[in-house]
Amino acid sequence: MPPIPPPTGGAPFDGSHPWALHPQVSLRPESFGALAYHFGTRRLSFLKSRRLLAVVESLADQPTGHDACRAAGVAADELEAYERALAALAESGMICRRVAS
Amino acid sequence: MGAPARVGRLVDRFERGLDAPICLTWELTYACNLACVHCLSSSGRRDPNELTTDECKAVIDEFERMQIFYVNIGGGEPTVRADFWELVDYATAHHVGVKFSTNGSRITAGVAARLAASDYVDVQISLDGASAEVNDAVRGTGSFATAVVAMGRLADAGFSGFKLSVVVTRHNVAQLDALNELADRHGAQLRLTRLRPSGRGADVWGELHPTPDQQRALYDWLVEHGEDVLTGDSFFHLAGYGGPLPGLNLCGAGRVVCLVDPVGDVYACPFAIHDAFLAGNVRSPGGFARVWRHSELFTELRRPQSAGACASCGHYDACRGGCMAAKFFTGLPLDGPDPECVLGHGRNSPAARGETALPRPSPDHSSRPRRVAVAMLPRRPGRACDESPLAASALGPRPR
Repeated sequence: MPPIPPPTGGAPFDGSHPWALHPQVSLRPESFGALAYHFGTRRLSFLKSRRLLAVVESLADQPTGHDACRAAGVAADELEAYERALAALAESGMICRRVAS
Repeated sequence: MGAPARVGRLVDRFERGLDAPICLTWELTYACNLACVHCLSSSGRRDPNELTTDECKAVIDEFERMQIFYVNIGGGEPTVRADFWELVDYATAHHVGVKFSTNGSRITAGVAARLAASDYVDVQISLDGASAEVNDAVRGTGSFATAVVAMGRLADAGFSGFKLSVVVTRHNVAQLDALNELADRHGAQLRLTRLRPSGRGADVWGELHPTPDQQRALYDWLVEHGEDVLTGDSFFHLAGYGGPLPGLNLCGAGRVVCLVDPVGDVYACPFAIHDAFLAGNVRSPGGFARVWRHSELFTELRRPQSAGACASCGHYDACRGGCMAAKFFTGLPLDGPDPECVLGHGRNSPAARGETALPRPSPDHSSRPRRVAVAMLPRRPGRACDESPLAASALGPRPR
């Protein structure tokens, strides 16, 4: 299958919208967080904490990105840091906007 | 907490190993229809003891359980195995991506169409020059034409983004732009890797590895092309020129990658096919998983490594002392500089001095007699201490 180049700029992460892990991404938990491999773009990413992994895993089940963060136990003063991490994942195509909620 | 922020610390974790490789190289057969002078696996003749189809499937099942994302399948020439397509299909059906290397000789139009339609399979065409003159001197008469025909078939079948994989040598380093254009013309991506003195590479290392000036030019070219050109993390030993290139920039051997060879032997790295780097065999109880997680060799590689002679050098953080295999096969100690250290600290290797008593790769499946290393000097008087290149390192010779 020809690799699909990542969308340049990706949809910027907006936590008030619903998100999901891209269907072509495989997540592998590790002691430090997780490895994420996108079979379409062939890109490898690192999720650097178990809590971030929990956020990403719950995205599809939560109405919004912010809800996923709260459900995973992200504190209010940590939210900005998590948004930056999720923005990086969105930019590389690892997570994508969900159409329905 | 996102992807690039504090990569340094994460890389330290990788040096202590992962529960499963990120990817690994799987050489399916030692058989090959070519006889490239620098073959890292000394391939040519099939080994009588190669893994059967069922044994290969059992290994794939293990890869699936360990959630290994993809395997780099090579050889020899993997497509000469009668069960090659059966195994590729089995892997992809079991969530293991396949990237396979080939000289292109079996990429028919039908095969190209099948690959273009296939999910989770990527192809790497091997070529070592932008002209038949340069390439065929290394890979044999007609090999350039074969590879270009294969590339054309892949392009015609609509398979964009396959890889053109080139081992950088003294004679093709002037052709990097031409190789990039060749890739572009076929909708492919260029991949450059480093020549190591491994397998038959040991025989031609002296005459084929880039000169220091060429190495500098290569580094600058790689920096200029950034992430457009892949490198398989081959060139982290050049980081001393001006900073790391894209990639993990560490020796992944036994930590994030390894090799499974055609008879099921597990080595730390495809460039280190030698008893000193043999961790175990997939046919043993516990299979591949046990070897990866619990072998003595890999456990040792995952301990903090000594910088040794490089400890006082400001570049060590970036270059990590270079490539273990390159040091081993040129007779250099593992806790010291790479033979191509950018500061020249490894240039006086035993190999460079014409020593003939160097480690030889353990299995040799070459079809023809090997070329003999050029210099045959009279044997020097023995040194007072052990002549083994491993004497100074934690790795001693290992019993199988």
